[in-house]
Amino acid sequence: MRNILEIEKLTVSLPKNADRLYAIEDINLTVNRNEIVCVVGESGSGKSVTAFTVMGLNDKRALKMTSGHIILEGEDITNASPAVFRARRGEKMAMIFQEPMTALNPVLKVGDQISEMLEIHTLMTTSERKSRVIEAMSNVDLPNPEKMYKSYPHQLSGGQRQRIMIAMALVMEPGLLIADEPTTALDVTTQANILRLIKEIQRRRGMGVLFITHDFGVVADIADRVVVMQEGKIVEQGTVTQVLKSPSNEYTKMLIESVPSMKPPKRKEVSGASALITKQVNKTFGGLGFFGEGRKVHAAKSVSFDIKAGETTGIVGESGSGKSTVARCVIRLIEPNSGNILINNLDIANLTESKLRPLRNNFQIVFQDPYRSLNPRRTVGQSIIEGPTNFGVPLAEATQRAKDLMNIVGLQTDSLERFPHQFSGGQRQRICIARALAMEPQILIADEAVSALDVSVQAQVLELLDDVKRKFDLAMLFITHDLRVAAQVCDNIVVMREGEIVERGSTYEIYSKPKHSYTKALLDAAPGHNFFSG
Amino acid sequence: MSREIPLSSLEKASDLSVFQLVIKNKNVFWGSIILMIIIFVAIFGPFFALDPVSLNPMSRLKPPGDAGLFGTDQLGRDVYSRVINGGRISLVVGLTVAIFAVIFGTVMGLLAGYIRILDAIIMRVMDGLMAIPAILLAIAMISLSGATLTTVIAAIVIPEIPRVVRLVRSVVLTVREEPYVESAISVGTPVYLVMIRHVLPNTIAPLIVQATYICGSAMLTEAILGFLGAGIPPEIPSWGNIMSEGRTFFQLTPWIIFFPGIALAVTVLSVNIVGDGLRDTLDPRIARNMR
Repeated sequence: MRNILEIEKLTVSLPKNADRLYAIEDINLTVNRNEIVCVVGESGSGKSVTAFTVMGLNDKRALKMTSGHIILEGEDITNASPAVFRARRGEKMAMIFQEPMTALNPVLKVGDQISEMLEIHTLMTTSERKSRVIEAMSNVDLPNPEKMYKSYPHQLSGGQRQRIMIAMALVMEPGLLIADEPTTALDVTTQANILRLIKEIQRRRGMGVLFITHDFGVVADIADRVVVMQEGKIVEQGTVTQVLKSPSNEYTKMLIESVPSMKPPKRKEVSGASALITKQVNKTFGGLGFFGEGRKVHAAKSVSFDIKAGETTGIVGESGSGKSTVARCVIRLIEPNSGNILINNLDIANLTESKLRPLRNNFQIVFQDPYRSLNPRRTVGQSIIEGPTNFGVPLAEATQRAKDLMNIVGLQTDSLERFPHQFSGGQRQRICIARALAMEPQILIADEAVSALDVSVQAQVLELLDDVKRKFDLAMLFITHDLRVAAQVCDNIVVMREGEIVERGSTYEIYSKPKHSYTKALLDAAPGHNFFSG
Repeated sequence: MSREIPLSSLEKASDLSVFQLVIKNKNVFWGSIILMIIIFVAIFGPFFALDPVSLNPMSRLKPPGDAGLFGTDQLGRDVYSRVINGGRISLVVGLTVAIFAVIFGTVMGLLAGYIRILDAIIMRVMDGLMAIPAILLAIAMISLSGATLTTVIAAIVIPEIPRVVRLVRSVVLTVREEPYVESAISVGTPVYLVMIRHVLPNTIAPLIVQATYICGSAMLTEAILGFLGAGIPPEIPSWGNIMSEGRTFFQLTPWIIFFPGIALAVTVLSVNIVGDGLRDTLDPRIARNMR
């Protein structure tokens, strides 16, 4: 028997007032021994529901299985009792989640958490369990497992926590591993390591892996077979080369085309005066404790760069590199400790809020999270005209401006009367861009502005950003962790690590001849960089 | 780029108004009905009852039914009339304490949450206030200024303020980090407008819930103060001082203490039931965990 998991005609219904009838509809898929099946799709495609249904972890009140079968290693578990599911979970199937911080219990030692699996499923003695746990931890390449056994989750890095999750999932040596976006919350270099680890363990043990992801780069790196889902249905499945090289379905084609290329397009050099100059900007956090010195973090160290009008400079780096700190200093949501930020030759680095307020129309920001950047209680129109009216623009004129901007960002003018929850993530990001543009700024900062969006929507928003940059001759500071996106939109790139700029140059130079080892590591770690380089 | 994108029909907001949503909750519905009856009786009852302070030495300590609905006390005053008059005091105290505690607490909470320097000062004062038992503080304040309705209300309001300040401050601290607040700052919205437009609306739901609990506990505190003789002066009947005066004859004539006690319990209970219901509908996060 080759199949570890067989899903036949599985349909799960959604509650009555949802936007569609079924979360997943008529799903047929199999996972064989010794293969990795990637389920890929955008948010809301039902890929996680599929995984949770297999594990029996769905909220049964909201999501009801209406038809179909789930067969795990020859046993039909479709209507199995919770007790049967409990016994199968861990022994025959295990799951790892997206966010390793919340998937681990913060008040228990990680070793004990892994050991709990053995305590439930086996009759091992305490010392047998401990040696088994340590073995499992060294299998996932954790350094010094004896010592790490006694660590708490918060003492470990994100990558280490995900390794603990994997060790926990695999300690009972299940035949099926379900991974639900296990690397989405991790930095790219860590992601590359975790992907390598999952693939290596899978090959060694001959497991079947059901890997859920939204990222075609990850698919290219890890998958044997690919299942593409759209709105609860499977639209295409096949081997990885089949699906990625010659997709037959329109939706799959569109998704693959939306993945930005790692190869930066040729760009003309922008000439003219600098719109934004930062000189030696420093920012530290903490240090002031109630009892003595607290922990001090040097989030930005002597950061200097300049951007001309009509030019996009990207700051790339992993989490904790200080790129967002720099953005927040430039927009003066926080005050830098030292250094200069020159806008129109005026230093705004240390201006008081009251002196700064009349200048704020010159620089605007678009944040990462489209769901939290708009006040849910105010209409889109109110949000957009708030800024101009602060600067004394009459209401009628501000409203007219808002209407014009709605056209520019590709939304209907009656959107102004609506509330943010009536829009999708991409549409909200358009509204945020319109709000920033309503101030008629010279400098636009995009702080991970497309990171929370699905790839197809991401492509549209990037196009819009590029469009408005040209139309309004903006100087754009583009902050991202995603090297693909940076390659497509930036003229120049600044690479940051631990608060310092390690390399800078034109996008073409950075991508073709990276000098610093860290830049090289980042470029190498980008998922699917071999596949999507063209 | 002029591609029109259809508006999503994904999220259908509930068509019900907040009031309709809230009244659908069984706790809120029944709690409000009981409360409504109590308020109705407290407002109109006294017009149809005897004078609560007129003495009638001829019929002292008469059990219910013999003289009046609830009997009479040791001075021959009609207990029924005193209880419904006392209801006015309790409701007035509960309501005014809730309103004033919320107003003062919100202002201070907003300031503390938004202005770092004030935070340290305000919160240390609040910590200090919370360290003193509310009843002791109230007794001390009443003994300094003499017992009138106003001083009793003030004495109950002050110990309640820190609870509101803490609540508002914690909401402000989370909301001020929200990107939409930062966006408002970066489009040049002055601080006071940021507070009113973007921060304050987030505090309303938890404040309504908190206000009902404060209302309930204020009524209890008032009764305790009255019972201890530190509350509303005896010439104005309140549930607390009726019980206090009836205490001496408790074993002989339990009705003097029983009826105001029941009235107090039912009122506080209905206020708290409404509060629980409001919390479930207005603060879905807690409601989900409780289910």
